[in-house]
Amino acid sequence: MTRFAATFAKPRPALVAFITGGDGDTAANLDALVSGGADVIELGMPFTDPMADGPAIQAANLRSLAKGTTTADLFAIAAAFRQRHSDTPLVLMGYANPMTIRGPEWFADECAKAGVDGVICVDIPSEEDAELGPALRAAGVDPIRLATPTTDAARLPDVLNGAGGFLYYVSVAGITGLQQAAQASIEGAVARLKAATDLPVAVGFGVRTPEQAAQIAKVADGVVVGSAFIDIIAEHGDAAAPHVEAFTRTLADAIHSAKEIAA
Amino acid sequence: MTDLPNSLRTQPDERGHFGQFGGRYVAETLMPLILDLERHYRAAQQDNAFKAEFDDLLKNYVGRPSPLWFAQRLTEHLGGAKIYLKREDLNHTGAHKINNCIGQILLAKRMGKTKIIAETGAGQHGVATATVAALFGLPCTIFMGAVDVARQQPNVFRMKLLGAEVVAVESGAKTLKDAMNEALRHWVANVHDTFYIIGTVAGPHPYPELVRDFQSVIGDEARAQILEAEGRLPDMLIAPVGGGSNAIGLFHPFLDDESVEIVGVEAAGEGLDGKHAASLAGGRPGILHGNKTYLLQDEDGQITEAHSISAGLDYPGIGPEHSWLHEIGRVRYEPVTDAEALASFQKLTKLEGIIPALESAHAIAAAERIAPTLGKDKIIIVNCSGRGDKDIFTVADALGVSL
Repeated sequence: MTRFAATFAKPRPALVAFITGGDGDTAANLDALVSGGADVIELGMPFTDPMADGPAIQAANLRSLAKGTTTADLFAIAAAFRQRHSDTPLVLMGYANPMTIRGPEWFADECAKAGVDGVICVDIPSEEDAELGPALRAAGVDPIRLATPTTDAARLPDVLNGAGGFLYYVSVAGITGLQQAAQASIEGAVARLKAATDLPVAVGFGVRTPEQAAQIAKVADGVVVGSAFIDIIAEHGDAAAPHVEAFTRTLADAIHSAKEIAA
Repeated sequence: MTDLPNSLRTQPDERGHFGQFGGRYVAETLMPLILDLERHYRAAQQDNAFKAEFDDLLKNYVGRPSPLWFAQRLTEHLGGAKIYLKREDLNHTGAHKINNCIGQILLAKRMGKTKIIAETGAGQHGVATATVAALFGLPCTIFMGAVDVARQQPNVFRMKLLGAEVVAVESGAKTLKDAMNEALRHWVANVHDTFYIIGTVAGPHPYPELVRDFQSVIGDEARAQILEAEGRLPDMLIAPVGGGSNAIGLFHPFLDDESVEIVGVEAAGEGLDGKHAASLAGGRPGILHGNKTYLLQDEDGQITEAHSISAGLDYPGIGPEHSWLHEIGRVRYEPVTDAEALASFQKLTKLEGIIPALESAHAIAAAERIAPTLGKDKIIIVNCSGRGDKDIFTVADALGVSL
């Protein structure tokens, strides 16, 4: 059983936590996420031009790059995480250019060697899957696709074709970290997506509080939180880990107790 | 290349690819919208009323056709090929940018969009967009890097006079690529009512195609004008390339004319071993702003800052069709430095009484290099893509003159 399958087989919704690699003490923050109860980790690959991100994650990208973070550093962080945590699924999330610059096979092989389970590439839609998808699947790494409020019924099969791991529902048409979608629209969208796929559905964008997360967890298989962690790291710098862990725990408690899922 | 199509004018393919370049590398949120834009553009292409309205605005509002001027004094000075200038500098708002803005705002109207956004570097595309937004009575927001806002105050004021809101972008390096990032972010959040007028032949398909089509009026006119003036096609075309919209507009109608040599001019800034904006000479293929193309970047794929004395060429990428034309060898791309462009800016001004944009001065500099090597029976058309009034502060500063 893959790490994703084992994680989403648990009888409770999952907390999917995002932080940007190389921003603050990433190893300590990753450990804090796991000990606080995060079920899946998304590690952001910094990029000079993060077009889909709001101010918080943009700033995290620039802080990381200003410290000289390289792609090799990211894979070293990932591989060390896998040594310390054998069960927690790890996802790399980022943009097409850093992922494809040395060729998709190189990237996919590095992911596999580092113990990365899945990859979210923001700016490779299903139409351009050939750019990265075949190499990832060949290496046993799941390409995780995004669905959005603008993804209509006609497109959805294409979005799902070749997808793996879980389906990430971007609940607002916008950028990360700002407004939150209405609960009713999330419920309708998740129902439509779950009717179309057996993949678990995680919902993100604009989720900042345990209360919001618990509401979404009533209908989704997972809840993604990112910018709220980034804000903590921006505030506390290299000493952020205890704060990250405490906040993770409040989120995880809220999400894990939101509903019982039949195992 | 073994599998070149019979015509070089049939690109891109149905998925928006020019060879390996182009494509649609956007977030899923935008994907349905650009598919919708493509559908509307295909319908507009078949609609005679759309074409008639576009042509009427180009004639009566922009002032087309722009003249093809025989630069006799420059020609005699260089002592080689005859040089003609395609006078895009005489268009309303002072450059070729307006051709594309007219076409795109007609598309926006057709799609029922009620708000206009655009990115701008030096402010020329911003001014052209604000102009057509004023003409059509649509609210308009222009994203401009904070660094550019500070150094292009006259254009910022023009845009505001035209009724546009100018947003100073504080992210990243605060220049053109960051303005484009921010425009894309705004668009993602406002796709239901907002049309994004991209200023050059870049971005996700169908933008590189439709901007090229709207700009091809430059080459269509030049072709007819040179046939009338000389009774034959030119031997060479020369145009400056940042994103490359004026260049592709001139080049595209001539791509299948094998006798016509075509030269694109990239901004070499301080030189190719220093800071520059020559994506083909100094970059390699990558993915940014919705398309695959040559980019200035480091070994990890991080985008590096471009530099040119000409703010209109100061971008780390280039339109994907240019990357393709470069790889198949149909167009030769040559670098011209800040210093060479500055010298040609002054030379054209003194010899012809035409103050060119610094972008256009790069093409003039290439013509100065090439024309003396060709016989007097040869003909070169140089795209004078814009006028240089906007650049007098930059030029004065570079020459050590205080105004």
